[in-house]
Amino acid sequence: MRSPVATAIAIGFGLIVLIGYFIPADSEKLQNILTIRSILIGWAVVLAAVAALVGVFNMLFVNIKHMVAKRNPDRYGFVLVLAFLVTFVAGLWLGPGNSDYQKAVLAVQIPVEGALMGLVAITLTVAGLRLAQRRKTLMAGVFAVSAVVFLLLASGLLGMLSDFPVIGFIQRLPIAGGRGILLGIALGSLTAGLRVLLAADRPYTG
Amino acid sequence: MNWLSSIIGLLIVLAAAGMILGFSLPIARRTKRTFRYIPAMQRLRRALGLAVEDGSRLHVSLGKASIFSPTNASALVGLATLERIAQMSSVSDRPPVATSGDGTLSILSQDTMRAAYRIANAPELFDVERGRLAGPTPLSYIAGTLPVIRDERVSTNVLVGNFGPEVALLAEASDQQDAFTLGASDSLAAQAVLYASSEETLIGEELFALPAYLQAGPTHQASLRAQDILRWAVVGLIVLAVLLSFLGIVL
Repeated sequence: MRSPVATAIAIGFGLIVLIGYFIPADSEKLQNILTIRSILIGWAVVLAAVAALVGVFNMLFVNIKHMVAKRNPDRYGFVLVLAFLVTFVAGLWLGPGNSDYQKAVLAVQIPVEGALMGLVAITLTVAGLRLAQRRKTLMAGVFAVSAVVFLLLASGLLGMLSDFPVIGFIQRLPIAGGRGILLGIALGSLTAGLRVLLAADRPYTG
Repeated sequence: MNWLSSIIGLLIVLAAAGMILGFSLPIARRTKRTFRYIPAMQRLRRALGLAVEDGSRLHVSLGKASIFSPTNASALVGLATLERIAQMSSVSDRPPVATSGDGTLSILSQDTMRAAYRIANAPELFDVERGRLAGPTPLSYIAGTLPVIRDERVSTNVLVGNFGPEVALLAEASDQQDAFTLGASDSLAAQAVLYASSEETLIGEELFALPAYLQAGPTHQASLRAQDILRWAVVGLIVLAVLLSFLGIVL
């Protein structure tokens, strides 16, 4: 059984924040609720920052454990631990706002992330080519043809055809499709949030 | 936001909550209802069973959405899915592992697994290492998750949450290990990428049906019914707005 106190706190705070969304900012009578809501959101931001720190230390300890494991030790974990310690100590020493510190961190982070994005591009190209092999359905065919058609249209190569009304219609199709999917996701998000407020979903033990 | 839009918004929320509560009541559950056949869900259930049988590991990747961000609903679905998967695999030799790209989400994943094992009367199975922050930025999260897929004898990867196009690297790594991959995201870009690169993909609101298909409880099934009714209401309103627009009436 999960803690009823934690559940009550989650529901109570959740309801106050939710009600706050429906109160216009210029409402004078219900200003108290808006004030409580902004205080609660402020607390949540502080908790999120602490949670991020706890998560980072958890990541560090898991990597140290894997690094010194007797069976199949993860040798690359050493790079992560060393990089973390150097960055963390330098951040504490110089302060996170120091421009030299930021330059040094970004000088490593941007090339590494750039390389990963390059890998993503190659992986996506290969995945696109293998789509016909992986999925032999009508839907996959429609997906592949749509991707090629809309890429061509969005590239501007067919700019001379833009005067035709049908081209404008086709260019708007992905927006309509995307909105349809997003409407479904919005409804799903609503019910997922309500499940937490109704204590049906409790991602906490208390 | 003015009072009219506030009241309409509040009514929609109250209607959805009322439907979820109403459909959860035992009287509303007397009539047996069957779910629409979604091949991805069937394959996931089969993959979960096989992973438990052959003692391989299940990996649930929860995405990078902060629980305080507007995209947190997918993270909540991921946590509900993780809880159900942890319960279903509590007899397995290798308990599931969860990775995430946000500190709060990693703490919640640990707490979710702790609760799942407590409910399954196996609290000793809980290990704080099984709910990991793989990396605090989108790409470091992907980089931190790749070794889990590669090194931990994972046979099933469930990628459920908020991802960017970089999720293709996870699907590709899973494919290289001959592992089953189910991808589900609230991001349009990630859905397109997962459709091309993973074995099975959930499109649109199918993501939110995942816990219900894993029999997470009557409330999940009730919320699925409420979601269907709300969808038909939205369809009706759109058709009505189109008809009114044709007639020259602008609201």
